[in-house]
Amino acid sequence: MLFTSFSFVLFAALTMLLYFIVPGRMQWKVLLLSSLVFYALSGEGYLIFILYTALVTFLTAHVLQHRADAEDAFVEKNRATMEKAERKAYRAREKKKRFRVLCAGLFLGFGMLAVLKYTAFVIDGVRSVWTAFGGESFSIPSLLLPLGISFYTFQSMGYLIDVYRKKVRAERNFARLLLFVSYFPQLLQGPISRFGDLQEQLITPHRFDGVSLRAGLLRVMWGYFKKMIVADTAMVAIKTLVSESDVYQGVYVVLLILLYSAQIYGDFTGGIDITIGLSEMMGIKLTENFNRPFSSKSTKEYWNRWHITMGSWFTDYIFYPLSVSRPMQKFSMASCSKLGNIVGMRLPVYAATVATWFLTGLWHGAGWNFIVWGLLNCLVILVSRELEPLYRRFNKRFPRLTASAPWGAWQAIRTFLLMGLIRSLDCYRDVSLTFRLWGSMLTTWNWSELFSDGLTSFGLSQSDWAVILIGVAVIFFVSSAGKDTPVRHRVAKRPILWCALVCIMTAVVLIFGAYGIGYDASQFIYTQF
Amino acid sequence: MKKRIFACIAIVLLTGVFLGFAQALLMPKYMSASREGALIGEYYNESGSHDVLFVGDCEVYESFTPPTLWEKYGITSYIRGSAQQLIWHSYYLLEEMLKRETPKVVVYNVLAMKYGKPQSEAYNRMTLDGMQWSVSKTRAIYASMTEDEDFISYVLPLLRFHSRWSEISGEDFQYLFSRDTVSHNGYLMQTGIKEKTSDRVGTELGDYTLSSVCFDYLDKMRTLCEEKGVELVLIKAPTNSWGYYWYDEWDAQIIDYAAKNELDYYNFIPLAEEIGIDWSTDTYDAGVHLNVYGAEKLTDYFGTILAETYGLEDRRGDEALSDVWEGKLKTYYKERNGEK
Repeated sequence: MLFTSFSFVLFAALTMLLYFIVPGRMQWKVLLLSSLVFYALSGEGYLIFILYTALVTFLTAHVLQHRADAEDAFVEKNRATMEKAERKAYRAREKKKRFRVLCAGLFLGFGMLAVLKYTAFVIDGVRSVWTAFGGESFSIPSLLLPLGISFYTFQSMGYLIDVYRKKVRAERNFARLLLFVSYFPQLLQGPISRFGDLQEQLITPHRFDGVSLRAGLLRVMWGYFKKMIVADTAMVAIKTLVSESDVYQGVYVVLLILLYSAQIYGDFTGGIDITIGLSEMMGIKLTENFNRPFSSKSTKEYWNRWHITMGSWFTDYIFYPLSVSRPMQKFSMASCSKLGNIVGMRLPVYAATVATWFLTGLWHGAGWNFIVWGLLNCLVILVSRELEPLYRRFNKRFPRLTASAPWGAWQAIRTFLLMGLIRSLDCYRDVSLTFRLWGSMLTTWNWSELFSDGLTSFGLSQSDWAVILIGVAVIFFVSSAGKDTPVRHRVAKRPILWCALVCIMTAVVLIFGAYGIGYDASQFIYTQF
Repeated sequence: MKKRIFACIAIVLLTGVFLGFAQALLMPKYMSASREGALIGEYYNESGSHDVLFVGDCEVYESFTPPTLWEKYGITSYIRGSAQQLIWHSYYLLEEMLKRETPKVVVYNVLAMKYGKPQSEAYNRMTLDGMQWSVSKTRAIYASMTEDEDFISYVLPLLRFHSRWSEISGEDFQYLFSRDTVSHNGYLMQTGIKEKTSDRVGTELGDYTLSSVCFDYLDKMRTLCEEKGVELVLIKAPTNSWGYYWYDEWDAQIIDYAAKNELDYYNFIPLAEEIGIDWSTDTYDAGVHLNVYGAEKLTDYFGTILAETYGLEDRRGDEALSDVWEGKLKTYYKERNGEK
């Protein structure tokens, strides 16, 4: 069930109605039921996979909690008789045992994701090698890939690690945990929530609150505006530019980068706006996933502002543990002794960064384009890091220039274009083709076509361009105006203005939005990940 | 507080009115292009009952002319057909019509029996958007929707036609509140001539079995007519072009059905010569459909059958009725003679 389908609008409205009609203690049950119905309606057979993940997570967390409690109880009971060193050793032994349990849970949880998402990719790799050595080609089995599997798997596994780290206590009620895993607004494209942030809110009764409802609904409408006015209108052109890449080269690659940036921004942030808005209407506050990413002045800043929950997940659960892991410490010591402190200290951090970005790429999809996308991001971040002393010297030498608004704008545009360029790997889905097309921006000099009929040759009419450009301008304006306090919070306090805005946005989306027959019922891009 | 509530209600109502206006503006008017789309809705402007109701696809609204049937036989008739009107469309249209009037004969053209599944969204819209809301329309929508369609887009056609905002023309404003009548009691006149030059037959099919779904609807149509005491007559128009070929194997199944259910079935394809159809002058699109000259010949021929076999009386003596039909004939001949 797509967010942009009429059935979803009806479904969400009914859920909302039911949520506020039933007694507070029943509200979480309404959410659970709705979530399961939503997922079942999204695809036949999907339910079994999410139930599996929830069950594995529940049982593993239960065992982890049981062991942790037993450990604490034992230490408490024997505090008087045990030396500190003994207690430490005991805890270390117990931690090791719990770590094994955690590994088993992670293996079972990530295992399903790996099998369903990466089997074809791995077999394809094996086939390529096999045929390169003269072997006969063979077919690749196609496996069902449940919607949003990466999101709910990562969210569940994050919870397991938090239980292992004793940051949260394991949920004792399976149904409640199932709700955490399957909460329908965020099921398909995140944000990837943390148990500590979300669970209590899902279970706690919420009273009807006019301001939250108004702010939430406005955000939902804003999400639809971004998705249906900008993202889906641009989609038709992007499909043509990609499928006919042998024709559309040079300046069209630049257009693709710009259009795809607009599309993915509208699509992903729009989807998240709908998710967070719906939750806000019910009094549930989800973690923000974006913070005006296209105003970032560096790649590092961009990744702190774009898909924030995924970035922090990888930082907390991959980068950080990897950096402080024992093998990495050994590697650090070895590299320091052999290569000196400057290089030696950097190498482990770089290794952890590369591994993290490799996995980030892989998380986005089973394809070399995603891996290269991740590694290129990593390269830009590491190079920027190495160039930092140079930037500092430059800033010191030209303080007025680097503090000026035009310099800031230049940095933002540079980051936007660089990220857009790397992101185009996601469009063409073929690494060598993407590199060739990047080259064509320098070798195929066809900018003059923009002034003939080039702009309307790939599926966008003049009116479509007008819709996209006006949509982008509105988004830019609203985003800038909401730098400190989101516009919707100010509007929600003024009911008449709020009502007028909701009505205007509804009319604009209904008339100018890209939906219905004639448009491909496009899924939100991130539901594929 | 009260003020705020009233202001909000006013804003919502205003938006509703605006969206209603936008919907009326954006819906296709079918006045200059694809005029078939306007046919179904015109029925509601018609008053009184008819002796004969025709239902079916283009082969009825291009092959029979109610003004000729009146002029030559004094039989009143109406055609409820639209482009690629499938059998479930026809059934629900008939159901709707039989709630409004009781004809003596219902004529159904069987070409659409070859389609056992919903075919085209655009043709669905042409048929269904023209229907007034009723249980029949609701059922017709559910029976007709292709995979990409939503019921709600029939309730709120703005959801379907919103993308026309960039194509709005003078016609959309001109016919915003009222439309011209494009048909003559459901007959869409074509005066052009394009000779039929090919006798190419249809390509061989793997399976000639007509869908059971179609026979189910034919059964429903038959039962409905029986309940209302109306004679159901099956026909196949005389056109038989390559693209819309009527196979003997299909014909045999219809003959068999008609015989089993004691229905009359007239296949006019082999009778074309007897009717007097001249394929060099009586078709406007090389034999796919009849033009007005061919349609008049077929109507004349079928009029005799209707009068003789089904005992339909000549009602030209009814003054009030004559006045109405004289007006219709005038409009008919005006268009036929190129004065309109």
